[in-house]
Amino acid sequence: MSMNRREFIKIAGLSSILGIGGVAGVSALKNSVEASQTSKNPEALTAKRWAMVVDMSKFASEEDFQPCIDACHRAHNVPHITDNPKHEIKWIWPETYEHAFPGNEDEYRAEKYQHMPFLMLCNHCENPPCVRVCPTQATFKRKSDGIVMMDMHRCIGCRFCMAGCPYGARSFNYKNPRPFIDESKKNPEFPTRMKGVVEKCTLCYERLAKGLEPACVEAAKEVAAKKGTTPGLIFGDLEDPNSEVRKILSERFTIRRKPELGTGPSVYYII
Amino acid sequence: MLEKAIYGGRRYWVWVCFLLSLIGIGFLAYLYQFQNGLGVTGMSRDVSWGLYIGQFTFLVGVAASGVMVVLPYYLHNYKKFARLTILGEFLAIAAVIMCMLFIFVDLGQPLRVLNVILHPTPNSVMFYDMLVLSGYLFLNVLIGWTVLGAERKEVPPPKWVKPFIILSIAWAPSIHTVTAFLYAGIPGRHFWLSAIMAARFLASAFAGGPSLLIILAMIVRKYTKFDPGKEAIQTLGKIVTYCMLINVFFLGLEFFTAFYSQIPGHMHSFVYLYTGLHGHSQLVPVMWLSSILAVIAIALLVFPQIRKNESLLAVACVATFFSLWIDKGFGLVIGGFVPNPFEKITEYWPTLPEALITLAVWSIGFLVLTILYKIAISVKEDVVFDKYGERQIK
Repeated sequence: MSMNRREFIKIAGLSSILGIGGVAGVSALKNSVEASQTSKNPEALTAKRWAMVVDMSKFASEEDFQPCIDACHRAHNVPHITDNPKHEIKWIWPETYEHAFPGNEDEYRAEKYQHMPFLMLCNHCENPPCVRVCPTQATFKRKSDGIVMMDMHRCIGCRFCMAGCPYGARSFNYKNPRPFIDESKKNPEFPTRMKGVVEKCTLCYERLAKGLEPACVEAAKEVAAKKGTTPGLIFGDLEDPNSEVRKILSERFTIRRKPELGTGPSVYYII
Repeated sequence: MLEKAIYGGRRYWVWVCFLLSLIGIGFLAYLYQFQNGLGVTGMSRDVSWGLYIGQFTFLVGVAASGVMVVLPYYLHNYKKFARLTILGEFLAIAAVIMCMLFIFVDLGQPLRVLNVILHPTPNSVMFYDMLVLSGYLFLNVLIGWTVLGAERKEVPPPKWVKPFIILSIAWAPSIHTVTAFLYAGIPGRHFWLSAIMAARFLASAFAGGPSLLIILAMIVRKYTKFDPGKEAIQTLGKIVTYCMLINVFFLGLEFFTAFYSQIPGHMHSFVYLYTGLHGHSQLVPVMWLSSILAVIAIALLVFPQIRKNESLLAVACVATFFSLWIDKGFGLVIGGFVPNPFEKITEYWPTLPEALITLAVWSIGFLVLTILYKIAISVKEDVVFDKYGERQIK
């Protein structure tokens, strides 16, 4: 078969266009299959939909909540950026009532509620807008247990998810975070990030796989043990009617952040 | 036809070198950003999109506005636009290229940009934006080049190009609608969560784009032998007038909904932009400048006697363009992020590297535009327009 230069270029061009299209098509199919471990750790903590209850009666001062933040940020090598608050990375942090629940302010509400340190974290929404807007599925909802996950190796850093999240739960690495991680407190088992990707709380999926509760929950338990009270963070399966979380929800009055947006947040607050 | 771009006078080369030097400076600034991360910009955890995405949004409008000359000419056989269509199509090409570059420079991990294709995600509006923008670029290159090529040979354009032209007319509003959907579908950002966002985008695009085209047509007429036509410019002026009025009307609708309903979340961004909120008022002068320019533009445009004076029309177009450039290329994006989801305020202002990169992307756009216009005009200058022209060439 002979072909001239023009025909060759035509065929080469056409096949490369088809090639790119084909790759896109195949990967679209591939994406419908969720990544899973070949053999699951039998000790792993599992649930249909993880949820958390924050009992504010247990968080009075910094010594109550700071251990939770420290435990999380240490477990996940979250950089401590102090030189520019605009570049801050936060996975879990306190906000006062008016900032945690904007639109619900009331100037006559008792002072003690106004200044409570409400712990903010990713709500692991039932219907997460961040997942809806992500153009690469770098952030995705794990079907098995509802955790909103982050693939920091796939993230292109477009920050659409940050615009999409109504809870301000996401942080972007505006610079290389590694110099801001305290070497002595580094967790070698969890990856550090590079600049240009978004990160957030992933509900300690890596600890759950090992049969451990999230770092913040564990820290809250330690604080409670010292004080001789019940822990301020309770973690469990929202779809299991016998779980601790469900028991609390059926007994106590709880609120969620911005439920009117239809996102279905999985973090509840007892005031 | 490309060879026509390498023959030019002194003025042409000085202009090209000027653009190249701006591109060079911006490229260095980009290397700095690439090395150090987006922290070199003014963006933050709270205002996570800034000038880049604003410029992208504005330029999608400029690209879409090409349809304002293509549609009357091809669908309504409005012959006065015969010579303007190629300028509109080539402006669209330059604008889409700038859009793509602005998205690229905004990425935290630009080398992973192909993930958008490798992991196509039909639930993300960004995915559709990529499709419609690249489709629109393809259509305009195909149509512009084919029609101009036919013109050079002094033959009618091939018949097969007509369906593509019709498609491009339908495609143009789609690119700006999809861009509006990037914003309008996000829960919790009250400023953007508006059903008329896409309509507002289209109105401002069809005012801003044609006003730029008028200015470009006037520049082309001044410095070359090619005259896009006095009446064509006047008709475009009319289009700018109506669209600018519709745009201001739509903005008024947003104000009404926010301030008559008195829902705090709906008012906050407007208050921040136009009067300042809780002592933060960095954007107030800029937004008022935009408003004043809009008033000046409308005052000049709305009276036909004034509009018919070409120098006043030029002033009106410059005012329209900059008013919309501020409103959409800056205020719209920043306003959506202030106040943040905690109703706290973090202000934003671009940094020097950010401004230099932005300038460089615009320079690349103008370089592409210059080259394309040079080619188009060289072809046009060779062709005699005796059918519709007022000023004949040759």
